[in-house]
This record gives sequence, C-alpha cells and structure tokens, in this order.
Amino acid sequence: MATTVHEPPRIEDIRDPARVSSGSGTGDWRNLVPEGGDLRRVQEYAPPPSSTAIWVLLAAISMSFAALTSALVVRKGGAVDWRHFTLPSILYWNTLVLLASSITVEIGRRRVTAFMGGLRGTVEASARWLYATMFLGLLFVAGQYFAWRRLNAQGLYLATNPSSSFFYVFTAAHGLHVLGGLAALVRVIYKLNDFSLRRSTFDATARYWHFMDVLWIYLLLLLWMKL
Amino acid sequence: MLRFRSVRNIIRFQGEHMHDMSARTHVAHHAPPTGFIRKYVFSLDHKVIGKQYYGLALVAVLIGMFLSWLMRIHLGWTNYPIPGLHLLSQNGAPGDVMTPEFYLQLMTMHGTIMVFFVLTTAPFAAFGNYFLPIQVGAEDMPFPHFNMMSFWVTFAGFIPLIASFFVSDGPTLGGWTQYAPLSAVGSVGGPGEGTGVVLWATSIALFCVGQLLGALNFITTTLDMRTKGMSLWRMPLTVWGWFITSIMGLTAFAVLMPACILLILDHVAGTSFFVPSNLVINDQLQAHSGGSTLLWQHLFWFFGHPEVYIAIVPGMGIVSHVLITNLRRPLLSHRVMVYSMGALAVLSYMVYGHHMFVSGMNPVSSLVFSFPTLVITIPSTIIVLIWLGSLYGAKIQINSASLFALGFISMFISGGVSGFFLAQPSIDIMLHATYFVVGHFHMVMGVAAMFGIFAGTYFWFPKMFGRMMNDTLGKLHFWLTFVGTYCIFMPFHYLGLAGNIRRYPAFVADYMQPFIPVHKFITVAALATGAAQLIFVYNLIHSRYWGAPAPENPWHATSLEWSTPSSPPPFDNFGGTLPVVYHDPYQYGVEGSSGDYVMQTSPEKIQTKSDEA
Repeated sequence: MATTVHEPPRIEDIRDPARVSSGSGTGDWRNLVPEGGDLRRVQEYAPPPSSTAIWVLLAAISMSFAALTSALVVRKGGAVDWRHFTLPSILYWNTLVLLASSITVEIGRRRVTAFMGGLRGTVEASARWLYATMFLGLLFVAGQYFAWRRLNAQGLYLATNPSSSFFYVFTAAHGLHVLGGLAALVRVIYKLNDFSLRRSTFDATARYWHFMDVLWIYLLLLLWMKL
Repeated sequence: MLRFRSVRNIIRFQGEHMHDMSARTHVAHHAPPTGFIRKYVFSLDHKVIGKQYYGLALVAVLIGMFLSWLMRIHLGWTNYPIPGLHLLSQNGAPGDVMTPEFYLQLMTMHGTIMVFFVLTTAPFAAFGNYFLPIQVGAEDMPFPHFNMMSFWVTFAGFIPLIASFFVSDGPTLGGWTQYAPLSAVGSVGGPGEGTGVVLWATSIALFCVGQLLGALNFITTTLDMRTKGMSLWRMPLTVWGWFITSIMGLTAFAVLMPACILLILDHVAGTSFFVPSNLVINDQLQAHSGGSTLLWQHLFWFFGHPEVYIAIVPGMGIVSHVLITNLRRPLLSHRVMVYSMGALAVLSYMVYGHHMFVSGMNPVSSLVFSFPTLVITIPSTIIVLIWLGSLYGAKIQINSASLFALGFISMFISGGVSGFFLAQPSIDIMLHATYFVVGHFHMVMGVAAMFGIFAGTYFWFPKMFGRMMNDTLGKLHFWLTFVGTYCIFMPFHYLGLAGNIRRYPAFVADYMQPFIPVHKFITVAALATGAAQLIFVYNLIHSRYWGAPAPENPWHATSLEWSTPSSPPPFDNFGGTLPVVYHDPYQYGVEGSSGDYVMQTSPEKIQTKSDEA
C-alpha cells in the first residue's frame, strides 16, 4: 500500500516541447501522469489503430487455421478411409508467384514511403509495384483454381475422400483470404491516387499480404506432409 | 507527374511517425449524420450500434423466454393442448399438443437464442459498444464501418435462426451444442436435422463473423484510443471486463466459425468430417464414412467453454462498477480483480473437456481436464471474495442497479458451488445428464449474466436516454425476479440429484412420478417470473419517453461516461474536446478531497492509498 500523490499530467514532450499532441489513436505519444518522475515512463506510444488491428486480425485468422489443422490431424488420426494423393505440381509455381508478390508489395511500400516523404519518384512509378502485386495475387488465385481443375480431372472432388475435402477447404479458405488482401490493395491504390493514404493503412495491408504468404507456405507443408 | 494536392496530404502519411498535430486531421467522421438511414439504421456511431445490439438482445430474450414457457408448460402438464401452438410448427403440434420432437426443437432454439443472441450480445456487444469508447475517453471506435458491419452481420445471423421455424420440418432439435453425428447426417437424423441444421450453422457462422469484427474494434479501442492520462490501470473494471472478453471472443469465435463451415459441408457437399463409418440410422446405412464425432465436440467446446466466460466476465465488470459506485468505496483490490478475470480467460481454454466427461473420451483426458476445472474455481472464488470483502461493513446504497448487482453475486455463488461437484468426472458421470447440470448453468451463467444486464441497464439508462428509470418498479422487478429464479432453478438441483434426466420431453417412468408436482411448481414459478419481466419492459419503454429527466451524474460516479456534456452524449461523446484523466477510476471517500468522490477528470490533487502504485 504505497502512498501516491496524483497530479495533473505534465505535458512534457522529449523531442519538441512546442508541439502538444492529444493522444488517442493517432500514433502520437500519449502523455501519462508521471508516477515516479521518470520521464521515460511519462509517455506511452499510442500506435495508430490499424497497426494494432492487423495483429488482432492475424491472430483470429491463425486461430481459424489452427482449428482446421487440428480437425485435419484428428480426422486423419482415426481414419481408415484416408487416401493419399500427390499435390498438383502447379502449387509449387503458385508458391513462387505468391513469394514474388510479397517482394513487389514490399518494394511498392518503400517506393510509396519515399515518394510521400517527398524524396523521389512519382505516384505512377510507386503504384506500378502495387499493380504488379495485384497481378501476381490474381495469378496465384487463378493458379489455385487451375490446381482444383487438375484434381477434378483426376476424379478428386470435395467429397471424394477426406484428404481431398481438407485440400479444398484449406485452399478455398486461404484463397478467400488472398482475395480479401486484393480488395485491401485496391483500396490502398485508390487512396494513394487520392492522396489520402495513411502509412499505417499501407503497412497493415502489406503485413496482411506477407502473412498470406507465410500462411500459404505453412499450408503447403501441412498438405504435403499429411495428404 | 502528379503533384501533391497539399502539404497536409504528405503530413497525413508521414505524420503518424513525424509526431505532428496535423496527424489529427484524419479524424473525419465527426460531423453527426443527418439522414434517417445513416443516423438510426446503418449508423457508424458506436452509441447507436450499442443500442441496436441492446434492441436485438431484448427481442431475442423475449422470444427465448416465450419458448421456455412453452417447454415448462409441457413439462408440468404433459400432453395438454396449448392453444395456438400449431401456428409455431407445421407438424410439431398436432391438435396443439407438443410432440417430443417439437419439445427438443424449442429447447434447441431457446438455448441458441439465449446463449448467442442474448448473453453475448447484451452485456458484451451492447454495453461494450456504448460505454467502452466513452469510458476510455475516445470519440468513437477506430473502425466504425467494421463496427456497423458487426451489428448487421449479427442481425443477418439472427434471421436464418428465426426463419428455421418456418421451413417444412422446423428448426433443428440437436441442442445448442449440435452434437454430431445426428447433426451432420441430414434429415434422416430427425425433424429439423436437414435444413434446420444448415440454417443453424449459417446463423452461428455469421454471428461469429459479427463478433470477430466487434472484438477487433474493442481491442484496438482499448489499446490505442485511450485519452491523455488514461493508463491501462486507470481503466474502470467494466473496460477490463470487455477487453478481456473481446480477446476471448477473438480466439473462440475464430474456432467455431470453421467448425460450422465443416458442418455445413457435411450437409450440402457430402463430405464426412463428423459422420463415422457404418452408421445406421432408422435401418439405413449412411453414405458417409470415417468421420469423427468427437472432433465436433472438441471444436465446439473449445469455443463453448470460453463462451460461458464471454457471457459472464462483462457482467463481472458491470457488477463491480455498479457495486463500487453504490458502496462509495473501491473494491479491496482493483488489480487482483483484473488479474483474476484474466486468469479466468486463460483457464477457460484449458477446461473445455469437462463438458465431454461422458462423451467416450479417454478417461485420462477427463482427469487432465478435471484439474484445470478445479483450478478455475480459484480465480472465481477470489473474485467473489473481493466482492464479499468489499461489502463487509459497507453501507451500500440500495437502488435497482445495486440490488441486481447483489443478486448477481448471489446467483454466481449459488450456481458456482454446484460447479465444484460437476468438475469431478466421477460425480459428473452421475449428474451429467440430469437437471443438476441444467440448474447449475442456468444460475451461474444464465441468470447471473441476466442480472448483470439488468444492473447495467438500471445504472446506465440515465446516460443512454437522459431519463431516470422508475426505481420502485425496478426494486419490485428485482425481488420478483430474484425470488422467482431461485424458485425455478434451486429445485432443478434436487431433481437432478434424485435422477431426473434432462432433455426428456415428458416424465413417464414410474420413478419419476413423484417429481411431477415439483415440475408443476417450477412451471408456475417460471410463468410468474417471466411475467415479472413485463414490469421491466414497461419500465424501459415508459421511462424512455416519460421518465424524470436525469441529472448530470445521478449516481455520483467517477468514471468518464459521467463527464460527457449531455445525456445521451453528443455524437463525438465529449463535445469536441477529449477529457484528460488524472486519477484512478474509483476515488471515493478520499481523505482530504473536496467531496465524497473525485471524478477521473477532476484536476484536483489528492492523496490516495491504493494498491495501484
């Protein structure tokens, strides 16, 4: 039971005392009441909400795929009817496409940051990398569809066997999330052309896109090992 | 080459890292909407969305209660015709007499509606949406469009559930847990097991999406939108409750949604995730094979157990908040309370297997799940002891809100004690399929959470509508509900100990005949307690339009929702300026302060003794 004296917060900005920001949700520094007089404890970084939200969203998506993974493990563990099939080789090309799209979105992010900072470039040159990302993303989705057609040609449909069921469920769920990422990219490009893009929005979109990449590699390994 | 439209646009992008005032220009949703649709229907305002959730919960709870009435009448007076019953079901009530299948359909819908659309939406989504941003001093949630989608997707989830009453063989009869394989084989599993289950799973999957969007907003609001001076430990216990609940919701609903999709696929696509091999139903060998029935139970209860804490933890926050205000002193420990709620959240994921003691799961697993189930009673007990210790020797102000807060504690203890018995597999095997379990969860999770909703309603109504609720009617409502719910659910425990099996639509076996008078008593109590809720509905509607105008801070409370410029608060909550927070949330009766309480926004210098330093 320590005794503390609660005082009004002193507005103390380490970097520029003339500028006083008001705190919530702006990515500014939020002034908290000094408890022990330690300036470093006075302020707490308040990140822009989208950079928190993206981790929250990725946590939820991870939980969903963890649930599906556990379903696969349990279903396979007790199955007598599990039939192995070889993954269509186009999946590996799709993986390369998705990896390439991660690189292009990262280059685009750096270009846009440099451009918006007034350093160099034009909006078209920056946006070009985002269009390239979108193209690669669409190519990936088309490639996944092509992989489905390959399996169909082998007579493997959603209900044919539990292994093919899980293949379709995982690839469809991941594909839908990639389409969601494409929608986010469209929004980023729109906002870039409108000059209303915020860095946190773009960063969050790029993180999501990289996560789709990581998730796909995980799924590919899982399907490769388990199917 | 395009040119920058203005320097401000550059700053908007860079400002987040350049630490510039101009970064605040992005808050563009400040002008209140004018059109009817934007103002009341597709509103982006967290306060309107909160009220929409409350309205949805109110409609849902009246439907759910009505269904329970029908079940109770049937249990007390089996095979008596209930006039008009045939209107609810095409072939479930020939001659207005309830068939066993229709009883199970009513039971399923009662459970689903109550757990999802009442106990989750009201204390968490409704009050959380309305008061979480205000209590942390934010103008709104960071993603108002997601917030609007959250409500409307939830609403869209409610429609297929209600619509299932009107499909040919009615809603599903599988219980709110929807156990496989009967839930996954289609209409051969019984009436409603075809279309009914698909509608049910669609409804729940949509509900999950809605709650995930809500949780996203709750978490980011709590972490990023707090106003100046609002450190984490200065958040009221309500905010802690909603924050912890939203983390639980995020992980739990994210598991239920894919489970529902797999269930739908078993129906419409012919997969067999949950249907085992060689399953014969009604002399028909099922086409599915190889699935795992336990898989559904694992996926469901991984969500299902956190779900009961999703229902109760916001109530704990609300009850603590209301109690403190009426005790005029803080709880014994703010931090231990928060840590205990957090411990409940963490442990709630480790105990889910206790729902499956009788499922045929490996007995070793039962032991493994039994241990954390007993451990989780420790934080629960700590929370109760903090309340009781804070009540000890206090002069509590008696009003409708504080009565319901006390009622919550009473229900939580009475219902919680039976949990000790059920946590042990050896006893649970005896009691699992009896009314003992029904009494247990109705008291500890159903009625207790309802009391939390009532306490919150009586407490916050002045803020939400600018008018006071009638306190006399509120107290009458409390006593009738309090006595009534004990009359309903305490006998459930005795019935269960005596071996009265649950989920039976009628009790025809000889040894059950002595229980019939008890069931009749429970039915009368249920009808009376349900009717008493009409007092609440009347009070709600009457006070909304004709109640006495509410003073600025009717309960002399300290938290930020009482420092808004008006009741209800203006569109941006604080009228253009954000509050600055100087104090811990519950500064009551501080020696040397100018009054009985110090608002969080009061710049007064005070000396406090607390465990918060």
